Amino acid sequence: MHIVVCIKQVPDSAQIRVHPVTNTIMRQGVPTIINPYDLFSLEEALRLRDKFGGKVTVITMGPKMAIEALKKCISYGADDAILLTDKVFAGSDTLATSFALASTIAKIDETEKVDMVFCGKQTIDGDTAQVGPGIARRLGMQQLTYVAEVEKVDLDKGEIVVHRRSEGGVQVLATTLPCLVTMLEGSNEMRYGTMDDLFRAARYEVVEWDHKAAGITAPNQCGLKGSPTVVKKVFAPPPKAVKAQMIATEGKSPREVADALLDGLFAKHPKLETEIGR
Amino acid sequence: MSAEDIDQEQSTPVASAPRRADGADLSVYHGVWVFIELERGKVHPVSWELLGEGRKLATHLGVPVSGVVLGPDAPETLAACDGAFEYGADSVYLMRNAVLADYRTDPYTAGLTDLVQTFKPEIMLLGATTLGRDLAGALATTLATGLTADCTELRIDDETRSLAATRPTFGGSLLCTIHTLEYRPQMATVRPRVMAMPERVPGKRGQVIEHASKVAEADIVTKILSFIPDSDAEKAQLAYADIVVAGGRGLGKPENFKLVQDLAAVLGGDYGGSRPVTHAGWIAADRQIGQTGKTIRPKLYIAAGISGAIQHRVGVEGADVIIAINNDPNAPIFDFATFGVVGDALQILPALTEALRERLAARKAAE
Ligand SMILES: Cc1cc2nc3c(=O)[nH]c(=O)nc-3n(C[C@H](O)[C@H](O)[C@H](O)COP(=O)(O)OP(=O)(O)OC[C@H]3O[C@@H](n4cnc5c(N)ncnc54)[C@H](O)[C@@H]3O)c2cc1C
Ligand SMILES: Nc1ncnc2c1ncn2[C@@H]1O[C@H](COP(=O)(O)O)[C@@H](O)[C@H]1O
Repeated sequence: MHIVVCIKQVPDSAQIRVHPVTNTIMRQGVPTIINPYDLFSLEEALRLRDKFGGKVTVITMGPKMAIEALKKCISYGADDAILLTDKVFAGSDTLATSFALASTIAKIDETEKVDMVFCGKQTIDGDTAQVGPGIARRLGMQQLTYVAEVEKVDLDKGEIVVHRRSEGGVQVLATTLPCLVTMLEGSNEMRYGTMDDLFRAARYEVVEWDHKAAGITAPNQCGLKGSPTVVKKVFAPPPKAVKAQMIATEGKSPREVADALLDGLFAKHPKLETEIGR
Repeated sequence: MSAEDIDQEQSTPVASAPRRADGADLSVYHGVWVFIELERGKVHPVSWELLGEGRKLATHLGVPVSGVVLGPDAPETLAACDGAFEYGADSVYLMRNAVLADYRTDPYTAGLTDLVQTFKPEIMLLGATTLGRDLAGALATTLATGLTADCTELRIDDETRSLAATRPTFGGSLLCTIHTLEYRPQMATVRPRVMAMPERVPGKRGQVIEHASKVAEADIVTKILSFIPDSDAEKAQLAYADIVVAGGRGLGKPENFKLVQDLAAVLGGDYGGSRPVTHAGWIAADRQIGQTGKTIRPKLYIAAGISGAIQHRVGVEGADVIIAINNDPNAPIFDFATFGVVGDALQILPALTEALRERLAARKAAE
């Protein structure tokens, strides 16, 4: 079984700060991580490989520095890694990204047939959840998003059964391979890599592909040129004009504070008083 | 009100549709469409919220707003059309077929692609639900057009007659405005509760334009084996609760969360928490409020022991009244709260519960 996992290196957004004066993002020194949602998909892929044999190939489209994220995936137990890197990919939106990744997967499939593709549910920087469905459409694969559990895979028959989260319940879906899966967060837990994998990752030479290597003959479908969306403006959320009305607490018991708060609340919003506790 | 708000409300004439660099005429694309999300016989309320928003965009552009309903040949499907009219649609595009009974990517994508290519709307809005996100990503790819996810504000840029879609970026620390200039339709998704629910006009009707689906069950690869509905306990109606009480890491330990639940119970509301609290398992994951959790729009929101980080703030800003209880006078939550109490949540919460209980008892005695 050959599984391709798409991962993305993202800035650890918990550590991003906005410059208070210039309103620009202060990226310096912000560490990068593997998009956390991608790890649930990588782990699921590794489990399937362990069960059925075969290999897991990890790919990413990004700058050279993303090699670090790919090597991390090798240390978790992935077999191979390809970095898709080229000037023509700069400025890609989700449509252009899915084009580049789908082309790469099709190219990989020419030499090593691909049975499944895994993507993260979404990224924490782009945060769109569009790239996975985009790849599936382009490759003509069935897409299974928000999967909580892979119930069954029958490699001989080329069938898969999954539990997919939907609004208000879980759909049990059966479909054919090859297909694209995005895993729900919390559906599994990333393993600790073995010592062997750790050593292998340290020595591993990540393969680098430019657009030609990925079989892309229409570079105008990549990067800024291939992106229908245009970012016009980036700005910090405007501060709220009216400050909170603070309830005095000095020398008061909690009960007195509570009553003062409720008096203030219901004086300003009398309708609320009639609506609570119903 | 800012100058921009006023501008949005007047229906000033806007520029005609742009022509693409390659000469393609985009003006054949006309009207605003809202995908009406019908699943298992029920319409997701986000569809009505989007009709309210679609109506504003359509008025500004001087075009109609339409609902798009896909579903089986069943009374619920027609009820969804009626609902669309009552929440503001001028017309409804309808596609009925047994294969559309439950959501699956293929028949829905094929159906919507067909509808869009036949009737050519300039804007297409969908809810950012599990269904809407699955569908929007597939649809934007088949239509080869731009899609902006999780928008928090939609308006029309008069200069280019294009949709200016604003969304949080970089983990919510910043906002960005995105345009799709040369491709149509311009697609956007919006999360439930981000936009206000429009007024319903009972009995309002309009024109239904029915279009046949060309998909047959035999063409569909993915089969639904079964559906396991969530138990009631899991069906947190948090997003749609009128009153919400939430607790954060400031509560100290899981046992203290009961103080939040007690207050919510007295108020007749629901409860939730910040991300650290759901991640630590103090309460269920689907009760997380904020950018990566639920967006809420209650009449009253009470936050206890929550700092008010931007990722939390974006999920609660739509509340009418926000009460913040935090022992740090400099906590960012006081920057956007309506009322603030600087104090120990472990003392203020039970005092509030007690004071309310007494007031409610007095109200009951008087009624
Ligand atoms: C990509 C991304 C997505 C995120 N999504 C979300 C999201 O959806 N929702 C979300 O909530 N967060 C989210 N976060 C996390 C967010 O940045 C904050 O870390 C989080 O909201 C903080 O939670 P908190 O306020 O409960 O905890 P803390 O930041 O630890 O704040 C605790 C507060 O309690 C106060 N306090 C302490 N003791 C008491 C007491 N006895 N009485 C009263 N007050 C007390 C403290 O003064 C402090 O202000 C996200 C972060 C990232 C990077
Ligand atoms: N540049 C990229 N390289 C590889 N995979 C990506 C890239 N961007 C997005 N993906 C995949 O698509 C998923 C969804 O991304 P997004 O649409 O940005 O939310 C991610 O979790 C990844 O699995």
